[in-house]
Amino acid sequence: MNGGPAGPVSNLIAAAVVVVLGGAAIAGALSLGAGSPSEPGPGTWPLIIGVLLTGLGIALAVQARGSREAERFTRGSLLVLAAVATMVVYVAVIATIGFEIPTALLALVWLRFLGRETWRVSIATSLGIVVVLYALFVGALDVTIPHLF
Amino acid sequence: MSSVLDGFAVVGEPANLLYCLVGVVIGMLIGVLPGLGPAATIAILLPVTYGMEPVTAVIMLAGIFYGAQYGGTITSVLLRLPGEASSVVTVFDGHALARQGRAGAALGIAAIGSFIGGTLAVGALSLVAPVVAAYALDFGPPEYTVLALLGIMLVATISSGGRTRALAAAGIGLLLATVGRDDFTSAERFTFANLSLADGLDFVPIAMGLFGLGEILHNLEERHRAVQAPAEVTKVWPGRADLRQSSGAIGRGSVIGFALGILPGGGAVLSSMAAYALEKRRSRHPERFGHGAIEGVAAPETANNAAATSSFIPLLSLGIPANATMAVIFGALLIQGVTPGPQLVTEHPELFWGVVNSMYIGNVLLLIMSIPLLGVFVRILRVRGTVLAPITVLITLVGAYTVNNSVFDIGLVIAFGVLGYLMKKAGFDPGPMVLAFVLGSLLETSLRRSLLLFDGDPTGFLTRPISGILFAVFLAVILLPLAQTLLRRHRPAALVPAAPSALRDPAPETEEQE
Repeated sequence: MNGGPAGPVSNLIAAAVVVVLGGAAIAGALSLGAGSPSEPGPGTWPLIIGVLLTGLGIALAVQARGSREAERFTRGSLLVLAAVATMVVYVAVIATIGFEIPTALLALVWLRFLGRETWRVSIATSLGIVVVLYALFVGALDVTIPHLF
Repeated sequence: MSSVLDGFAVVGEPANLLYCLVGVVIGMLIGVLPGLGPAATIAILLPVTYGMEPVTAVIMLAGIFYGAQYGGTITSVLLRLPGEASSVVTVFDGHALARQGRAGAALGIAAIGSFIGGTLAVGALSLVAPVVAAYALDFGPPEYTVLALLGIMLVATISSGGRTRALAAAGIGLLLATVGRDDFTSAERFTFANLSLADGLDFVPIAMGLFGLGEILHNLEERHRAVQAPAEVTKVWPGRADLRQSSGAIGRGSVIGFALGILPGGGAVLSSMAAYALEKRRSRHPERFGHGAIEGVAAPETANNAAATSSFIPLLSLGIPANATMAVIFGALLIQGVTPGPQLVTEHPELFWGVVNSMYIGNVLLLIMSIPLLGVFVRILRVRGTVLAPITVLITLVGAYTVNNSVFDIGLVIAFGVLGYLMKKAGFDPGPMVLAFVLGSLLETSLRRSLLLFDGDPTGFLTRPISGILFAVFLAVILLPLAQTLLRRHRPAALVPAAPSALRDPAPETEEQE
């Protein structure tokens, strides 16, 4: 597993996020106009949700010490960070240079560096993915994805 | 009656037959592969369904869902590794049988049980769903308010990670659903003056991100699973003694699965556990369970397929998804311009009966495939997660683009993917969030209409008979676990049954519940 359960601090952070979201919902709801039960306004429902979320967040904070639901972040979590970085780059360049090269590169990075596959497997698989996706989306489904060829 | 037969004509169209086959094959595959569950797979494939007819799309997506219940068995029996959460209990006796060299018998009986359970459930579904739908035509906003609340509550109650977390996730889902223009007053809510948020958040990137990408990222972190040599499979057909021993279990499993599958939040995971527990309790030799009792495979595998089928009832007859996977299929229907609800049977009979009847065909296809093609599926187990991950992630990213031809949508998928990953790390199940997001606008609209109807008096929910009863059930769902917690504090821990903890975390590999 992922290094076992996380400590109370990460549970508290999660609880705080819920409380902050609840508070933001309440603030937003009040500025929209909370309305009344007989004349519900645009803010009525967000207000109910906001109060609910705040309450649940406080309950989570109270339980933070006893809870073992959260997972600890490990060195493996760095892989996820790297993976997200590759995807962000992918989105940034796809509109200008088409999807083929970014697709091949993303697959290569995931296979060779995140997955520790051999170079041979990595290169063959990433080229294969590009060919199949090209055939599927450009060839068969005729989607207007930006492409070079 | 004629619409039922017309439904078979719809299924008989070559495209529908083909996509039924495609669906069940994909379902079997992802069932075999631990990691990606049916909700994630269906979410990832949503963009592909855009160009299809609504019937065809749902036939395929439904096939993925019940096909996964078949596939999940294979790894449970051969590798002691449940491919799906609903096959966790199958591991106990299924793997014991495999070690005795009877893997074939276990897989054979699971396939037969699944087929019978699934087929009986389709039959019952086609009887029950129209009746429920006809009854629900009288439902007004108050009934829908309570029904939607009840659905969210039940899903939160059985989700992994505990109830407070699940409810918080559901609350965030409801909040996300309010983004965009208010239906009643056209006031812009939480749009931050951003034009692309004015129409609200799109369901597809949320589902693809939270379920699909979130699960891929979370799996990335897990250590590579040790490659194990699967047990040898010989003689797939179970013997006559096995069949005789299992027949009762298959019958009872069908009934339990069907009944629990209808309940929101019930579904395949819960029913497989309940069916297993019942067989063990009924058995004259309960000590055989866990050491290769064939009923221990037959009962849960029958029940999970029956439940997968019957969980379509609330969706197709009330428009309320009973679990996370149904929430994604609900979204798929909305994209197609079909709003699931009580009118579905009368307004879109070809869709309703086409989908229902395709399940008979799908179950036959699965039975035909699962026995001779077992070897092929066992070989698929050798595909490493590290190779699979880039393939699924790229299908997700490119697929997300194709929905609206927008790069912004890929960005949204990535953002929700990161959120889904963080939620899993923090112990929050994304299932209730997606479900609440889907039901959010229905819930708000019904609540506001009800309040206008009652002139602001919330006791109106209690005085209408149906909404009153539903509300009582809703309260019971909230209060019973609280009462249990209080009782537990007063009693020594030894008296508390161990079952709830097993239900809360059914499988380390597949967190979401079906």
